[in-house]
Amino acid sequence: MTRAESRSPSARRSDGEPHRPSRLLLALKDAGLAALVALGLFAPVVGLRTDVAPSGGLFLRTRWEDVAILCGIVFALRLTLVLWTGRRGLRPSTAPGPWTLRLQQAGRLFAPALLAVALALPFIPGVGRYELDLGILVLTYVMLGWGLNIVVGLAGLLDLGYVAFYAVGAYSYALLALNFGLSFWICLPLAGILAAFWGILLGFPVLRLRGDYLAIVTLAFGEMIRIVLLNWVSLTGGPNGLSGIPRPSFFGLSFSMSGDPDTFAGYFGLEPSPLHRLIFLYYLIFALALLTNWVTLRLRRQPLGRAWEAMREDEIACRALGINITTTKLSAFALGAMFGGFAGAFFATRQAFISPESFTFIESAIILAIVVLGGLGSQIGVAIAALVMIGGFELFRELEEWRMLVFGGAMVLIMVLRPRGLVGTRTPSVALRQKRLIGANLIGEGKG
Amino acid sequence: MTGTIPSPRDMILEVAGLTMRFGGLLAVEKVSFAAMRGDITALIGPNGAGKTTVFNCITGFYRPSSGAIRLHLPGALPVSLHRLPGHRIARAGVARTFQNIRLFPGMTALENLLVAQHNRLMAATGWGIGAVLGLSRYPRAEREAIELARCWLQATALLDRADDPAGALPYGAQRRLEIARAMCTNPSLLCLDEPAAGLNPRESEELARLLLEIRSQGTSILLIEHDMGVVMRISDRVVVLDHGRLIADDIPAVVRADPKVIAAYLGESEEEEEGEAA
Repeated sequence: MTRAESRSPSARRSDGEPHRPSRLLLALKDAGLAALVALGLFAPVVGLRTDVAPSGGLFLRTRWEDVAILCGIVFALRLTLVLWTGRRGLRPSTAPGPWTLRLQQAGRLFAPALLAVALALPFIPGVGRYELDLGILVLTYVMLGWGLNIVVGLAGLLDLGYVAFYAVGAYSYALLALNFGLSFWICLPLAGILAAFWGILLGFPVLRLRGDYLAIVTLAFGEMIRIVLLNWVSLTGGPNGLSGIPRPSFFGLSFSMSGDPDTFAGYFGLEPSPLHRLIFLYYLIFALALLTNWVTLRLRRQPLGRAWEAMREDEIACRALGINITTTKLSAFALGAMFGGFAGAFFATRQAFISPESFTFIESAIILAIVVLGGLGSQIGVAIAALVMIGGFELFRELEEWRMLVFGGAMVLIMVLRPRGLVGTRTPSVALRQKRLIGANLIGEGKG
Repeated sequence: MTGTIPSPRDMILEVAGLTMRFGGLLAVEKVSFAAMRGDITALIGPNGAGKTTVFNCITGFYRPSSGAIRLHLPGALPVSLHRLPGHRIARAGVARTFQNIRLFPGMTALENLLVAQHNRLMAATGWGIGAVLGLSRYPRAEREAIELARCWLQATALLDRADDPAGALPYGAQRRLEIARAMCTNPSLLCLDEPAAGLNPRESEELARLLLEIRSQGTSILLIEHDMGVVMRISDRVVVLDHGRLIADDIPAVVRADPKVIAAYLGESEEEEEGEAA
């Protein structure tokens, strides 16, 4: 009797929940492995340090305590992570999670609300120069994100050199305006066309490349454009950049402070204010971004957009259905590049000064991060991600050098919680009866 | 192999001296056969016989090492498929399905069928630009495309699942959807690569009925299949490959009794081999 009693708890545990002890064991083993990897990494990087001795020579200092602390942290974090994810258990994967559904319901109201706020922003009390400038910056990235979304999100072509088209647009506008005195409204489409041309030029050699290889070549293309801009001093001014780029005018009325009748303020009888130009620029980029969105949304419901998405899902099947992969890919590159070019022209006219420094790889990376965080192919997701990435980065300004850390941590957190981006679901472009969202797990990411 | 030579008039596909070499491996060697218009022609053979290679040559996924593949359409010159790039073959009127299903899993069944009508719809949009600006005959073209898609969804018993993502459909439904998608390109010749693979007997039965219906609507079918029940029941002609060579080409009843075919499938008995050696 007593023996039976003493045995029963352990017996029950092994019968009822056979996984518990083994899971803890597995988690410990996993955490131990992670700590071992951390040891391998941190031992040379943190553990060994060369310092300058008072005598002037170098000597090796070891910091094993720090390595031990770091490995301990890794062990503890990994253990909690494994135990936590293990505890949550598995969810049926075809249905979108409750999180997704709730976000989607909120999203239906969220998009119009966001649009209304964006439209009214310059007239909201308390919005000054700084907020408007930030708004312009955010909208520029929203537009760039939407442009890149065509290439990466819809067509599934991983482009790491998107900033090249931004640069082509900016320099096209600057050079055309400075050398030929063309107005902004003539230069804007020209800048877009030139960027689209470069998009096609990039598209040709990479047509046969897929995945990682495509990413590397586009990355190289982005760097090439920047280095050409840096070294072609006679045309681009090299590292000194181009300055004195004409500012846009309001149908021929300039935004000068003189108050003459041929200025914006003078014509409408307003008090001259530097805010006028800023508000105009704000609405300009707002309109350009909306144009990008409108064209993308329209194309998605049409054969070309459907062919892009089909190409992302399965290129071979597309070919078997008679879709010309070459032209379909090139059209995605060209259209994405064109919107990048528009944004570049806007950037040039806003800054009145451009140099190759504005078009480094980090810009491409930020734009791509916006698209990936927002959710490939999702317009509202990209807009939110741009707001969070660019606006949020400004919010944390007080944190100074910790800003990057907070920011990187936030990005990792988003990707852990929502691996397919904020809005990973896809809305069908057409339906017989009712459009139902398609879960992220079914949607292809594109292989090139 | 018995030989009334088919007249080119009622031939739809002509494969002449097709050879495909992968490096040192001779996958298909001088295979010639013809598929008649309005027929179901089955291409059978043991695993590794070169059936899918022949298929990939016909549908433009491989370029044959030598030989010719011609598509004969009424009132037109023969089209040399072996010279066309992949996407042009589909436009010429040859549609195919894949051994391992290749749908667009993240798109709905209906969208899958609309992608198949890309070329017709694209022409109606004025190459993409007109439809964005809203000035074209696109809406009508799309209504017609949806109507055609609805027809094929009905024919494949998928109408209730039209708005479900293709990747979430059950296996048998995915097989049927792939056939519907191929049919939405309005092909003259439909090439099916093992359409009955993984289907249960009832589903195979439905598939056979669907294929007969497609044939009755005037589309010729070329079929790779392992399910001999289906092949022998619905095929008008059976072409047998073994080790990359053609060993039989006749009506099902004759092929079934052909000792070479039986030997290829069951393996030659030891006695026979010894006999040959002696």
